Amino acid sequence: MQRIGVFVCHCGSNIAATVDVKKVAEWALKEPGVVHAEDYPYMCSEAGQSKIQAAIKEKNLTGVVVCSCSPRMHETTFREAAERAGINPYMVEIANIREHCSWIHKDMEEATKKAVILMRAAVAKVNLNTPLKPGESRVTKRALVIGGGIAGIQTALDIAEAGYKVDIVEKTPSIGGRMSQLDKTFPTLDCSACILTPKMVEVNKHENVNIYTYSEVEKVSGFVGDFTVDIRKKARSVDMDKCTGCGVCQEKCPSKKTPSEFNRALNTRTAIYTPFAQAIPNVPVIDREACIKFKTGKCGICEKVCQAGAIKYDQEDEIITEKYGAIVVATGFDMIKLDNYDEYAYSQSKDVITSLELERIMNAAGPTKGHLERLSDGKAPKEMVFIQCVGSRCSDDRGKSYCSKICCMYTAKHAMLIRDKYPDVNVTVFYIDVRTPGKNFDEFYRRAVEDYGVNYIKGQVGKVIPQPDGKLLVRGVDLIDNKQILKEADMVVLAAAIEPNKDVRKIATMLTASIDTNNFLTEAHAKLRPVESPTAGIFLSGVCQGPKDIPETVSQAGAAAVKAIGLLAKDKLMTNPCTAKPDELMCNGCSQCANVCPYGAISYEVKEINDHGVRETRRVASVNSALCQGCGACTVTCPSGAMDLQGFSNRQILAEVDAICR
Amino acid sequence: MSIEANEEFKPKIVAFCCNWCSYAGADLAGSSRLGYPADVKIIRVPCSCRVNPMFILRAFEKGADGVILCGCHPGDCHYSTGNFYARRRMTMLFSMLDYIGVENGRTRVEWVSAAEGVKFSTTMNEFVEKIHSLGKNVRLGDLRCRN
Amino acid sequence: MQELIARAKELLADGTVARVIGWKAGDLPYNPEPAYFEKEEDFDDFVYNSFCGANLSKLMIEACKLEGKTLVCLKPCDTYSFNQLLTEHRVDRDKAYIIGVGCKGKLDIERIKKQGIKGIKSIKGAEITDDAETLTIDTLYGEKTCAFKDAMLERCHVCKGKEHKIYDEIIGESKDTKDAERFAEVEKIEAMSPEEKFAFFQKELSKCIRCNACRNACPACSCRKCVFDSTKFDSQQKANVDSFEEKMFHIIRAFHVAGRCTDCGECSRVCPQGIPLHLFNRKFIKDIDELYGEYQAGEEVVERGPLTSYTFEDAEPGIVAERG
Repeated sequence: MQRIGVFVCHCGSNIAATVDVKKVAEWALKEPGVVHAEDYPYMCSEAGQSKIQAAIKEKNLTGVVVCSCSPRMHETTFREAAERAGINPYMVEIANIREHCSWIHKDMEEATKKAVILMRAAVAKVNLNTPLKPGESRVTKRALVIGGGIAGIQTALDIAEAGYKVDIVEKTPSIGGRMSQLDKTFPTLDCSACILTPKMVEVNKHENVNIYTYSEVEKVSGFVGDFTVDIRKKARSVDMDKCTGCGVCQEKCPSKKTPSEFNRALNTRTAIYTPFAQAIPNVPVIDREACIKFKTGKCGICEKVCQAGAIKYDQEDEIITEKYGAIVVATGFDMIKLDNYDEYAYSQSKDVITSLELERIMNAAGPTKGHLERLSDGKAPKEMVFIQCVGSRCSDDRGKSYCSKICCMYTAKHAMLIRDKYPDVNVTVFYIDVRTPGKNFDEFYRRAVEDYGVNYIKGQVGKVIPQPDGKLLVRGVDLIDNKQILKEADMVVLAAAIEPNKDVRKIATMLTASIDTNNFLTEAHAKLRPVESPTAGIFLSGVCQGPKDIPETVSQAGAAAVKAIGLLAKDKLMTNPCTAKPDELMCNGCSQCANVCPYGAISYEVKEINDHGVRETRRVASVNSALCQGCGACTVTCPSGAMDLQGFSNRQILAEVDAICR
Repeated sequence: MSIEANEEFKPKIVAFCCNWCSYAGADLAGSSRLGYPADVKIIRVPCSCRVNPMFILRAFEKGADGVILCGCHPGDCHYSTGNFYARRRMTMLFSMLDYIGVENGRTRVEWVSAAEGVKFSTTMNEFVEKIHSLGKNVRLGDLRCRN
Repeated sequence: MQELIARAKELLADGTVARVIGWKAGDLPYNPEPAYFEKEEDFDDFVYNSFCGANLSKLMIEACKLEGKTLVCLKPCDTYSFNQLLTEHRVDRDKAYIIGVGCKGKLDIERIKKQGIKGIKSIKGAEITDDAETLTIDTLYGEKTCAFKDAMLERCHVCKGKEHKIYDEIIGESKDTKDAERFAEVEKIEAMSPEEKFAFFQKELSKCIRCNACRNACPACSCRKCVFDSTKFDSQQKANVDSFEEKMFHIIRAFHVAGRCTDCGECSRVCPQGIPLHLFNRKFIKDIDELYGEYQAGEEVVERGPLTSYTFEDAEPGIVAERG
């Protein structure tokens, strides 16, 4: 029989205001096995933990139930406290009487009754708890960063600087990401390439960093400290060692009609191409879909002109298998597709563009060599209209419910840059709210309004109507003056919502990292663990976790790096002891459990079993506890109940069921 | 006050929640103060696939009026595939309960992510309402009459 | 039957097999029982007739642990069970010599008795070699007759087919007996109102005396230790006699064999209370067929059954309520 202590936390008034904590403690004493019960204002405080430890020692407790906040919050705290007092940490269970009780109920009597029942269930479980001992697993001292944008580059650099090996896997032919497509950056208006390219060079040259561009993560197995990852290095059709980056192949390539991804399809590129001049590595790839040689077998001009002999038409995809201790996701974002926003005439007029397209137009290396001009007729615009929140903060399912966060600032930037360079261009911005929190951000926006005379109109645009003369008629409202507005514009710029990269769901599934309904990766705790995924060993860097600008991305990238470094610095990790365990005496050896195990943790061996003196050689399941993550799929597949999950055993869960239904 | 009001039906409802998504979703409902009736008591399991149909039958046999299982959305399981197995198992179980004449509204599966505090609360409110409309669960207890 | 006996004796004599599992005559003309035959003289009471309904595949679990090969006589439907046991690594193909025996439908003595035929002394027409359409029954009260079809087990009316799915050799001829739809009974129950369904199952399940005959006969119910006999699956650490088992036994049993049950019908055949237990298993089979694609357990040796696989697009459990 256990000797259980029950500790009821007031959580200040968070619990005590709705739950009669004294009564819960009183009732606890009536439960089987409970020899001690007390309440305290803050159980998680030093003093509260001391109370638990004192009771463990004085009353020789073998088990502890803490009625408090969610176990997701403080289970570890209380388990460690109990361990310091000499009992096995897995003899501690939490009854969640805050999130699941006091915070959601108003009636004290009702909430108290429920708290008592939750306490009973926890006591019933602890009565069946057994001490569990974590195993140890080794840590591979190498990190993987998925994504080679500014987030991935910064994370990789920080990890590399700490002395650990890092691999970056980047899907496109070059690192650099979205930031490389930007012209200037807010709030300082410095040139994006000027601050990004040195970092790209630095990461490329770093002895601890290895970059796989034009590559994708194909398969992930293993667990924190010991991931095994297959990386598909797509065939570049160019030998990276031989290529000198002279660029002759690109000049001579006769297939020139492919929309340029880098320039957002505003112009075209050749079939053999580097996405942009400062690309790293400066080695082109052949787009086999566009290449005449691959399509018809004829051509081969690039091979003829390449003096280095680097063109390799027969190159094949290569799978690289590597082990990692930590994985950082930095997959970034894209603009949403504007198919659902036909009222803005994006698909009808070449002069309705997105903000990212404007970045390319403003950029000296862009399709217009940096001249602001209408893409339809090349004329300089006189009237420009910016429309904010296109697909952001959307209440229906056409767009995204969230605020994309960066649009207010980049629109102020665009407006200011245009007014600065082309003072005769009028700029009007339609907005719902202007949101500019951040260091020097509001000042920046105010400069746009006050110093640069940008016309901000609070109100939404209902329709953009292309006119026969090529102008765009913008129909909107001014909410402050409460009037309809009809405005003729030469160009309309849409601040389209950003969304996580479309591949992130596939990657999250491989990593078993959770993802929210907007496809942003979920953090382990919204406030306290913002750069960690709930899946151990997976860290989040940049916009894959939520919309953010460059300064925030870089800070988060650094934070993710620190978390990864903290993991890599360890030689060994304690493994979760709540793993599956078969009872060999009962095991039928039927293999059903192995079929459902997602980790391949169950194998079978033929061995001699001594069943109370009866010896028999037969096939039984065996669980590799280093691989088992403790999901329990096997336990339900097992008809005899031979396979059970430690810490969540059949008997423990049934005891909780019984206690609740009593 | 009528007698009925004094003997207000207080259903017993067991909610199995997976640790990674739905339990966190329930926590979020809590921290967002999104209420639902106190009749719902949550049991934390590592994954929806840990829930043995026997647990659910046991709850009914011990007097539960409704049992709901919440897990990560299909494709988002922390253990990759757990909820896929849970989905088949629960479909089979619910179908069997329906087949033997136990009202199928007493059991439910809902996928609730860690970010869906609102959905957790709404689901629980709906479920409790449904159980209220079905009344006390007598059938499974009476499955075998011994006279 | 003589050909079967001769062949079995031959294989025993030349050392191919160390023993034979078949049926021996019981104390009444209609209750042959499974038996081991190890010596030539054992075969004196070997029988194989239309009352040999017992599925012998389950006996192979223990037989495979013995020295040498075991000859087992399997009817077409029994071979599905053997395949399923192979799938689950419960039997060893190399330790089995399978003689697929012909089947012309098996008889249910209860159906004969229900026709008011009592005091049975002998039955003619039940020999496997006969092609009799009618059974001639000699009783204490004179000779009675009964159509073979009317005396057949329910499972034979919905026979999966007379093809042996696994065998070393086949002896004897088979005859198609299917004359009803497999899921007709299940559909009839599905069409009932919840009240009618409940009344039906309450009536049937209340007859159960928890004798475990179904569990013992079922080839899928072959756990070394049944969960209901286990101390590992109960918060009370108390086996049996608890009201949970009392009420839920058959549902849980059906669930445990779901996706593995070959629909051999042994559960219903052996139930002394005449509970149509196959209706539980067949419901699961019907659901699996409808929701996850047609699947016949034991058709062949496969790696995964329907409940240990999934697709992303699987129906949600809510479909149960939707389809009404």
